[in-house]
Amino acid sequence: MSAEAVRVTGRRAPRAMFLHQLRSEQLVFWRSREAAFFIFLFPLLLYVLLGSVYSGKIYGVPAAQGLLAGLIGYGCANTAFAGLAIQLVLRRESGILKRLRSTPLPPAMYIVALLVSTLVVFALQTLALFVVGSALHGTPFPSDVGSFIAAIVIGAAAFAPLGTATASLIRSAEGASAVVNFILLPMAFLSGSFGPTHKLGPFLHAVADVLPLKYFIDLVNAVYLHGHAVWTRPQDLAVLAGWGVGGLVVTHFKFRWEPRER
Amino acid sequence: MHAIEVSGLRKAYGNLEAVRGVDFTIEEGEVFGLLGPNGAGKTTTVEILEGYRKRDAGDVRVLGHDPERAGPDFRERIGVVLQQSEMWPNLTVRETHAVFAGYYAAPRDVDEVIALVGLQQKAAARVKSLSGGQKRRLDLGIALVGDPDLVFLDEPTTGFDPQARRAAWEMIRSLRSLGKTVLLTTHYLDEAEQLADRVAVMREGQIVRVGTPAELTTTDLQTEIRYRQNGEEVLLQTDEPTRVLAGLTAAAVARGEELEGLQVRRPSLEEVYLALTADEEAEVAE
Repeated sequence: MSAEAVRVTGRRAPRAMFLHQLRSEQLVFWRSREAAFFIFLFPLLLYVLLGSVYSGKIYGVPAAQGLLAGLIGYGCANTAFAGLAIQLVLRRESGILKRLRSTPLPPAMYIVALLVSTLVVFALQTLALFVVGSALHGTPFPSDVGSFIAAIVIGAAAFAPLGTATASLIRSAEGASAVVNFILLPMAFLSGSFGPTHKLGPFLHAVADVLPLKYFIDLVNAVYLHGHAVWTRPQDLAVLAGWGVGGLVVTHFKFRWEPRER
Repeated sequence: MHAIEVSGLRKAYGNLEAVRGVDFTIEEGEVFGLLGPNGAGKTTTVEILEGYRKRDAGDVRVLGHDPERAGPDFRERIGVVLQQSEMWPNLTVRETHAVFAGYYAAPRDVDEVIALVGLQQKAAARVKSLSGGQKRRLDLGIALVGDPDLVFLDEPTTGFDPQARRAAWEMIRSLRSLGKTVLLTTHYLDEAEQLADRVAVMREGQIVRVGTPAELTTTDLQTEIRYRQNGEEVLLQTDEPTRVLAGLTAAAVARGEELEGLQVRRPSLEEVYLALTADEEAEVAE
């Protein structure tokens, strides 16, 4: 490493520091068995289970294929929203965030590296879902790969600010997992992550219509199942963008680096 | 150049005035002890100097920076051990040091730092397997890995057993020999006496005394003279021990008596500290 060249400026080069931080985030994530299991493996497990329950057709395509879109949606909310929120609360309350604030690592770089790291996990998870689907049920890979990648990145970009916002609103480490799952699981169920929702009553449909996950799943469905390009779904994009911006605003005003006073 | 200059520092949390007009200066290469009971305002003061808190009033310069506005250039040069913090439980000691080393332009060698804080045997161990004292040493290691000029140690040995404290003291002494400036907060007197070049005693948000440990013990309390007369203990406290003692002994010699159990002693730093912080200790005990 070019330590001597950097010493002149007195600061580590931003690109090198960013890559270092991204590597560190990946190390921390995969080293934690709980995170790796509940965030990365759990959606895969659900897919295998649900794929063995459903048969026939969902959304006019084979069930195993229809379920993939729903579980990609669940994976996105689980990784970028729930997992991120829980990890951030734990790090804040244990004092890790506060400790990092006294290092030369810029706060914005920390957050961006964390979001990119989360996106990496989600992307690997999506890839794994397709591999499992293909191996067990012969489901196809996306035909329009560009649009599909765009949809994945948009989903992560919408849900991650909701994760940081939720972390900002949760006060203690003890309650983090309960609060987050209380939001995540009903949302995933109502939005069709675990199967079709046409038997839900109008009230539950109305709830789902407000939440962002349904729109992300619709977007993935359109791109993956029907081969539409991502920009043909402006309503989905608008709702996701709205939630993402809302999350950013809350994060901006409420995010804390320090644990609650003890 | 001064490493730290503080004047007229004030900070309130709501109605609670945590710091009420504090002034002090710390020289480069000095080990400075901030001493006082819990709630005296030590941590608030230190966290303002570290850049964590905004002050309400006063001037603060740390390594030439205003910590409230300072950025990464300032953070390149400081090392911080917080009163309470944990690290990622599933990383090893070496990985944790390497993560922090990556934030600095010119970090120290990771294994060298691990050896310095005495964790060589634990370098490959997960952080969650460390004892409380070992975790504190990890905190110190990651504070030193960036090769800082100024190290903040907020109660670095609280909860240590005596042996671990001795080991920590050795490490802090080694920081001095490396030429680092150290700001140490503690509520242990012996720690301040052992380590600090100068001590400031804080009480209720103010500094009530600053000086070397020796200065505090010679200037603050009166010298005590004790002896027994007719089986009763006599205690004299005086600012002029030489004159009082001369008079006392001359009178005894004239009477042909021996002053039984004669003792002349200066107060210990502990007694000075207890006298300085007496009221507050009573409040805390309530």
